[in-house]
Amino acid sequence: MRIELERRPEVSRLYSILSPFIALALTIFFGGIMFLLLGKDPVSALYSFFIEPLMEVWSLHELAIKAAPLILIAVGLSVCYRSNNWNIGAEGQFIMGAIAGSILPVVFYEWHSPLVLPLMMLLGMLGGALFAGIPAFLKAHLNTNEILSSLMLVYVAQLFLDWLVRGPWRNPGGMNFPETRTFDPITILPEMITSGRAHWGFGFAIIAAVLIWFMMRYTLKGFEITVLGQSERAGRFAGFSSRKMIWFSMLLSGALAGLAGIAEVSGAIQQLRPVISPGYGFTAIIVAFLGRLNPLGIVVAGLVLALTYLGGEAVQVSLQISDKPIKVFQGMLLFFVLSCDTLIHYKIRMMWFDLSDKPVGEVR
Amino acid sequence: MGIFEAILLTVITAATPLVLAALGELVTERSGVLNLGVEGMMVMGAACAFIATQQTGSPYIGILAGIASGAVFSLLFGFLTLTLVANQVATGLALTILGLGVSGMIGEAYVGQSGIKLPQIVFPILSDIPFIGPLLFRQDLIFYLSIALVIGVQWFLFRSRAGLKLRSVGDSHSSAHALGINVIRTRYLAVMFGGGCAGLAGAQLSLVYTPQWVENMSAGRGWIALALVVFASWRPWRVVIGGYLFGAVSISQLYAQAFGVGIPSQFLSALPYLATIVVLILISHNRRMTLINTPASLGKPFVPDR
Amino acid sequence: MKKLVFALAATAAVLGFSVQASAQEKAKICFVYVGSKTDGGWTQAHDIGRQELEKALADKIETQFLENVPEGPDAERAIERLARSGCGLIFTTSFGFMDATVKIAAKFPDVKFEHATGYKTAPNLATYNSRFYEGRYIQGQIAAKISQKGVAGYIASFPIPEVVMGINSFVTGARTVNPDFKIKVVWANTWFDPGKEADAAKALIDQGVDVLTQHTDTTAPMQVAAERGIKAFGQASDMIKAGPETQLTAIVDTWGAYYIKRTQAFIDGKWETTSSWDGLKDGILTMAPYTNMPDDVKAMAEATQKKIEAGELKPFTGPLKKQDGSDWLKDGEVAEDGVLLGMNFYVEGVDDKLPQ
Repeated sequence: MRIELERRPEVSRLYSILSPFIALALTIFFGGIMFLLLGKDPVSALYSFFIEPLMEVWSLHELAIKAAPLILIAVGLSVCYRSNNWNIGAEGQFIMGAIAGSILPVVFYEWHSPLVLPLMMLLGMLGGALFAGIPAFLKAHLNTNEILSSLMLVYVAQLFLDWLVRGPWRNPGGMNFPETRTFDPITILPEMITSGRAHWGFGFAIIAAVLIWFMMRYTLKGFEITVLGQSERAGRFAGFSSRKMIWFSMLLSGALAGLAGIAEVSGAIQQLRPVISPGYGFTAIIVAFLGRLNPLGIVVAGLVLALTYLGGEAVQVSLQISDKPIKVFQGMLLFFVLSCDTLIHYKIRMMWFDLSDKPVGEVR
Repeated sequence: MGIFEAILLTVITAATPLVLAALGELVTERSGVLNLGVEGMMVMGAACAFIATQQTGSPYIGILAGIASGAVFSLLFGFLTLTLVANQVATGLALTILGLGVSGMIGEAYVGQSGIKLPQIVFPILSDIPFIGPLLFRQDLIFYLSIALVIGVQWFLFRSRAGLKLRSVGDSHSSAHALGINVIRTRYLAVMFGGGCAGLAGAQLSLVYTPQWVENMSAGRGWIALALVVFASWRPWRVVIGGYLFGAVSISQLYAQAFGVGIPSQFLSALPYLATIVVLILISHNRRMTLINTPASLGKPFVPDR
Repeated sequence: MKKLVFALAATAAVLGFSVQASAQEKAKICFVYVGSKTDGGWTQAHDIGRQELEKALADKIETQFLENVPEGPDAERAIERLARSGCGLIFTTSFGFMDATVKIAAKFPDVKFEHATGYKTAPNLATYNSRFYEGRYIQGQIAAKISQKGVAGYIASFPIPEVVMGINSFVTGARTVNPDFKIKVVWANTWFDPGKEADAAKALIDQGVDVLTQHTDTTAPMQVAAERGIKAFGQASDMIKAGPETQLTAIVDTWGAYYIKRTQAFIDGKWETTSSWDGLKDGILTMAPYTNMPDDVKAMAEATQKKIEAGELKPFTGPLKKQDGSDWLKDGEVAEDGVLLGMNFYVEGVDDKLPQ
């Protein structure tokens, strides 16, 4: 059997809506089989995974909390990736943003003013942007590959945070455990609505997504990003500078990752500790592509991915299984979503009998 | 055995999996495919190699199982990105998530078992050479394979016809296609080679480095391997330099601690990452040289027109 | 995609209620793990405790767990989920879960919580911990007898009081046997990375230590010690399989006894908040069989263990000096628990600068 693709003359609107649902159906089918093989009731597993987290108010709040950093980071990354700048160090920018924003509540903890919170957010963005500025500078002026430098700086940021919370920023009243003092209430990002603990981080994520969507779609800057991303040469002829674009996209994505970091720390954790992110910066890369690098698509993708974490826990509790099958299920969902997106741009033809002399590499 | 020699031995063990995985990814990327799933393939290789060894009692079968599992697992990536032209970056990351999940699941029963270490193969006479002998000629099969693979890949890429084809696919898939080269097949083979090497690197972890299986035992080494490919600017011998440099800096910080230097261990731990960046800056100031070696079609999907 | 999810929600709601209808009368005891329940170390020890609990009180309770829960907001969510799913008593088994547990405990006053290794309590939140350092004192004595060179290697994870306390106890024990005994410390900056732990072991052995102990979770250091032919101590579980001729003894975390005791109290309605810090005498930690050592060393170790169990011997008893030579404890003075729980200084004999 062979699979052949034929490019559609134009993007299929039908399939750009339908493909996620096909992917979902496939995941439910194969995931169901997996749960059956594990001797668990597939219906209740799938129910717990996809539905249960959406049925209760507290859980919807948790969904927003989990999705906020993913969306915020991924929206920034989409600009980078569209302009061909491969920032994969958002995790580090997230951490440095969190650190920079925490200067006020940790070091100047006695300063109580309504200005503190907005300043923290600004400092967070600044910290993330400056840290992303390192790979930007290295790429724009020293020709150093940003994939390597941004990734390596993630580890540096993690170790720096580790050192800070164990050393100079350690809570003097915390029994020498590695964490900073807890933030003063005035420095805590408030809840968005009173029904639960989802904080303004989610609001920032939605606002950022809409703004970036607008920028990409309706402004010259958006056009510049797209052109330079598709062809540096074409961009140069149009008078765009790819060096400036490196700076712009990296600083923007760094600032958003930094905002995500300080929002997470101020809104959800309320102190710094050695580990403040379970890999949001990396997961956001998947979110960016699941959302097809479209800021509004990223909002949906971020929510779906957050749902898989919440659903995964719900399944663990309701079926009493370990988290490994859940990870497999999550991977399965990602694979199906990614492969079904092919349908948007291509027609797929299955060739059951291979009579042509096509080379074996395509035979599957 | 002097302390210097002892450090080098530790470095070799730590660097070998990095070199192997990076070498495989280098070939994959030279064909124009970016597979960010190295970590996932590596951890699958580690799990399968360990399981096969425990089942059969032979670490050599374990090695084969490691290579095979990495290669088969990479086919999943190949099918999505090459046949279905799915996005390579996202698929690679998804492969890592899946690999950590699957390996955790199949390896669950093997946690805590003490494994069989891959035996040393001692070259007579050569191994008696002072200093060099114990370092280079008293090692295990996977180390020798890593050296052979570096030489082999260097030769293949720059001295063989097939290697030229592979590089041309990576540099411009449409021209390569126009010349009658089967782009998709070449890329499938390159992806599988990358998977096999990552699997072998995984086997080194669970058979040589620490003969045991624990979940997530690759602990981020796949990511370092990815960075090393960039560091090496897609040239095999630079992968060796990068891998050993990284290994050397991260190992010497442990020795420095034991020796008793009063620097916070976090700063010492950050050294290998900073060193890698600094060296890359130094070697990449020449823009043209970098461009020549970077596969121009890297990460771009290819669909033949019909 | 959301639309479909909601559509599904409507249709599956019916199914859902039938799923949830199978409620149970047994008390539900729940656990939140920071790692994988088969990590071969910290979390596995807790999970073995959970299984023992399940076996001991099978007809009265059932248990549930969530594993690989990251610290921070994820932990808060995980604990809340368990609290909402009908758990009566929830054990959160990592220090990093402390503030999350405190928050959720305030939210669910009818649910009882127990947090391992922390220091914040509430009317429905107890803390529990184990005096691991008692075991390390015995290990130190054994090490001083076994070592020819008078230097032990110590693979440490992170500089938290728990780990520092262990180092100090080990040295203090060793110095009762050999007053000149020294240890070298390597901070691996990880709890769990077999490769790095093995590298740390090699670094220590290459620099002349001839007995090895670890405060990280995998058996990798034990394997390296076995290969190099020196003796070593296991951590968290009995690691004898990784070094049949290497392991001298191991500190085995045996949480089961505590879990059974507290759950029984919970069922009987006698659960009260406490800050318990049990030791060898309570069975919350046990020593793996003393092996691979001469009989006199074994006898000494057993005697020390008996004394600690009987309460006759407290590891941190003066006279003791700090690393810089200043006095810490006067002759006969016993360290207070509060000082130990926040310990961030070394005693004399540690060849390392404590990361500050």
